[in-house]
Amino acid sequence: MKLRVDYRASLRLVGTVLKYLAVPLCFPLVVALYYGESVLPFVVTMGVTVLVGTGLERLTDDPDIGSREGFLMVALTWLAVTIVGAIPFLIEAHGIPFVASPIHPESTLGNPVNALFETMSGFTTTGATVLGDISFNSHTRGIMMWRQLTQWLGGMGIVVLAVAILPELSVGGAQLMDAEAPGPGIEKLTPRIAETARALWGAYLGLTVLEIVLLYGLHVTGNAPNMDVYNAIAHGLTTMPTGGFSPEARSIEAFSAAAQWVIIPFMLAAGTNFALFWHVLTGDPKRLFRDTEFKSYLGVIGVISAILAGILFLGDGLMSVAPAGETYDQLYLEGIRTAIIGNVEPAVRQSVFQVVSIVTTTGYASIDFNAWSAPTQYGLLFAMFIGGSGGSTGGAVKIVRWYVIVKSLRRELFTTAHPEAVRPVRLAGRAVDERAIRGIYAFTLLYLVLFFISTGLLHLDAARIGFDVSILETMSAVAATLGNVGPGFGVVGPMGSYLDFSNGSKLYMVLLMWVGRLEILPVLVIFTPEYWRR
Amino acid sequence: MRVIIIGAGQVGSSIAADLDETHEVVVIDCDPERVDELNYSLDVLALHGDGTSVDTLEEADVERADMVIASTDDDETNIVACATAKAISDAFTIARVKNTEYLRTWQRSEKAFGIDFMVCTNLLAAESIVRVVGLPAARDVDPFAGGQVQMAEFEVDDESPVANQTVSEADRFDSLTFAAILRDGEVTIPRGDSVIGPGDRVVVIGSPQSVQGFASSVSPGESPGTAEEVVIVGGSEIGYHVARLLEERGFKPRLIEHDPDRARELAEMLPGTIVMESDATDVDFLEREYIGDADLLVSALDSDEKNLLVSLLAARLGVERTVAVIDTTPYVDLFEAVGVDVGVSPREVVAEEITRFTREGGAENVALIESDKAEVLEIEVDAESVLAGKPIRESVATLPEGVVIGAITRRREFITPRGDTVIEPGDHVVVFVDSCVIDDVTPNL
Repeated sequence: MKLRVDYRASLRLVGTVLKYLAVPLCFPLVVALYYGESVLPFVVTMGVTVLVGTGLERLTDDPDIGSREGFLMVALTWLAVTIVGAIPFLIEAHGIPFVASPIHPESTLGNPVNALFETMSGFTTTGATVLGDISFNSHTRGIMMWRQLTQWLGGMGIVVLAVAILPELSVGGAQLMDAEAPGPGIEKLTPRIAETARALWGAYLGLTVLEIVLLYGLHVTGNAPNMDVYNAIAHGLTTMPTGGFSPEARSIEAFSAAAQWVIIPFMLAAGTNFALFWHVLTGDPKRLFRDTEFKSYLGVIGVISAILAGILFLGDGLMSVAPAGETYDQLYLEGIRTAIIGNVEPAVRQSVFQVVSIVTTTGYASIDFNAWSAPTQYGLLFAMFIGGSGGSTGGAVKIVRWYVIVKSLRRELFTTAHPEAVRPVRLAGRAVDERAIRGIYAFTLLYLVLFFISTGLLHLDAARIGFDVSILETMSAVAATLGNVGPGFGVVGPMGSYLDFSNGSKLYMVLLMWVGRLEILPVLVIFTPEYWRR
Repeated sequence: MRVIIIGAGQVGSSIAADLDETHEVVVIDCDPERVDELNYSLDVLALHGDGTSVDTLEEADVERADMVIASTDDDETNIVACATAKAISDAFTIARVKNTEYLRTWQRSEKAFGIDFMVCTNLLAAESIVRVVGLPAARDVDPFAGGQVQMAEFEVDDESPVANQTVSEADRFDSLTFAAILRDGEVTIPRGDSVIGPGDRVVVIGSPQSVQGFASSVSPGESPGTAEEVVIVGGSEIGYHVARLLEERGFKPRLIEHDPDRARELAEMLPGTIVMESDATDVDFLEREYIGDADLLVSALDSDEKNLLVSLLAARLGVERTVAVIDTTPYVDLFEAVGVDVGVSPREVVAEEITRFTREGGAENVALIESDKAEVLEIEVDAESVLAGKPIRESVATLPEGVVIGAITRRREFITPRGDTVIEPGDHVVVFVDSCVIDDVTPNL
């Protein structure tokens, strides 16, 4: 461990990652060319990434990454790609003085804070949006594709991707991946960390392609009329990272039941530890169902879905009168009531889709769940804290932490009666290190503290500007941004947006998304004096 | 047979003492004083040297040896010694180890390390302790014929319903044979009218069910089986294996270990055991955890004296039965006399196991009664055996006093031996043999 932080080394590697961000920018550029749209937003951004990137790379020749440098590099990388990634949105709304005129000046992303929010929401796979109008009337297809691509890049981790393809990162790769990878600890699948990163990205890419093919297949066979090539790619790019940016204003509600059923298993896969897929593909498929976390993950989703499906089927889960000022009207409500109540398939589909979407932190909606009644909404709010598995693309606290917490609390009860008893907490038969348990407690407590403090702050700020939100709405907004879920309830519901919060609140939520994606500690630590001290 | 024993510690010396009358024994040890002492006390050739060195082994004439037994206290030395002996001779090699990892490696490929037979002290001791758990009042239990036959030694106390009954009165089980009554260290072969006195020990051989049945008729108050609550004191290797084996049999034992690190380690290795970190002589703790209510307490600490203390303390708190691990073999009788119900000596257990390889006549399995008063042997009968093809009544008449046919298994079926039962070649016979006649009898069987 070094005594001081070598920030130059960190910045240099941030520069390398930034430089290579020009490569994925080619994709929306091609989309723009295909649809005959302006390529300027992407060309300019590519120029900026290469320029800034190579500039930062000159800071030092021989970056040496320790664990402190790792935290800094990871945290700054996410901030840097967010800032640079916001440029196409700004150019779309403002154009470039003396060179190009604005393409869609009415876009809400013309406000830099909004552009930053949307980009951070994309890269962190949150899926919370500040778009005023989600349609191709006020945005080009290229820009929307960039918005979806940010989620795909952020899903398995920009830094993991960098470790996988950039040889200069392989030495400190384990530190970097540890700082970024969701869940406690990383699992080395192969002796070389770069190969592990490649294996994870390989599985991620494979599943994405498979989903795109299946979704487009539904369209071709006439089972999903709206799922054209653009939509198939867009949803492939936003399902696997548990992102939730749909180019459709009605999210997945815009598609057929068949398309919704196809998306469910992919969301489930996205919330699964990707290391398990690697084991399955390398000849140990039983490992999937031996895995304690995977079993608890399916169990939790199964139980909550079954309860919600029951309430929806009986009709208790749906409101009967639409409140004024909602994002839906009485007609919509009557429609879903007749479709769901007393009908098994829609009741099961809607509850499973929503529970999987929230637990995995994808944030898609196959229905406007603002129209659900209070108990079902609280069920979903509760689900926002669960999260996917460690090593998945999901956010929030994660199943494995809850599992360890429940087991260690049971241990506490036992040792209260038998003070001398020594009981290790077991995860799949193996004892969990006590330090890891402490870390899990610290993380979860910090998560909840951050949740309550942030709810208070945002609620105060909303009151200050006279923005009328209920406490449930604020709580859901914080849970959805900190947990990288995306939609909350009420104004920030699945068909709503975060647009009406003040700029200050939105910047604060940018911080929440950033901190939440990197699992709090790696970001917070760089704000402590102890971190910088000798 | 020429036997080379490497290591003249307690195990090595006791094996040497066991074999010196009937075999040519060479003992190698690196302690010159012990070598000197052995040369005087036993009829063996004791050599000073390192058992792992080729020179020393050649000096012991390993090329002519039939068997090499490596029984030092150090696992690695024993393994290397056997491997070395194997490299320069054809002798049958036996290694004693403590670490069960080596045993597992060896079991995986029985050629590993150039060892023909490996005995694991700690595992054997734990196994013999666990066998006692299921049978109330049993002092010693040994399985034969792949578990089809059990030999058990019971102590009959004043309150037992069996006390003062004759053998034919006590024998209410079809497949049970009374092999011997031990009284004041004397072995008597019982007849139908022999009376079982209080304080006697009875050796029975039979099917596990009938032995179990007899166990409950000796002490009807104690219920055997998985309901039994077992406390293990001391997380030594033996304590660990006892807990592990009990877990395998569905028990949920409690294990008390003083050292925090070892307690944690044990708790990680034993998911079905409740590990407690405490001093087992802390009476407050023992009372708070109701240790006195336990049916059985196994004391497996690293000192004999502490084991005695813990056993006596436990008995005072009300534990039904105590089993103590006793390292110093001569203490076993003494401890059992002062109040430990069962004393298990790991070294004795190992000696028993090794003895089976020194027997001529193809004994498959051996159990020693009262250290060396008598032996129970399992024999696969071949055509040349005096037992083959005749009713038992006739064949026993040709054998000296002190031989009892305890049980027969034929193609893994249990057969109760009666006077007119005819033993066929290929049968497995479990025989009780008095030590005085063992050397005359075994070659004929």
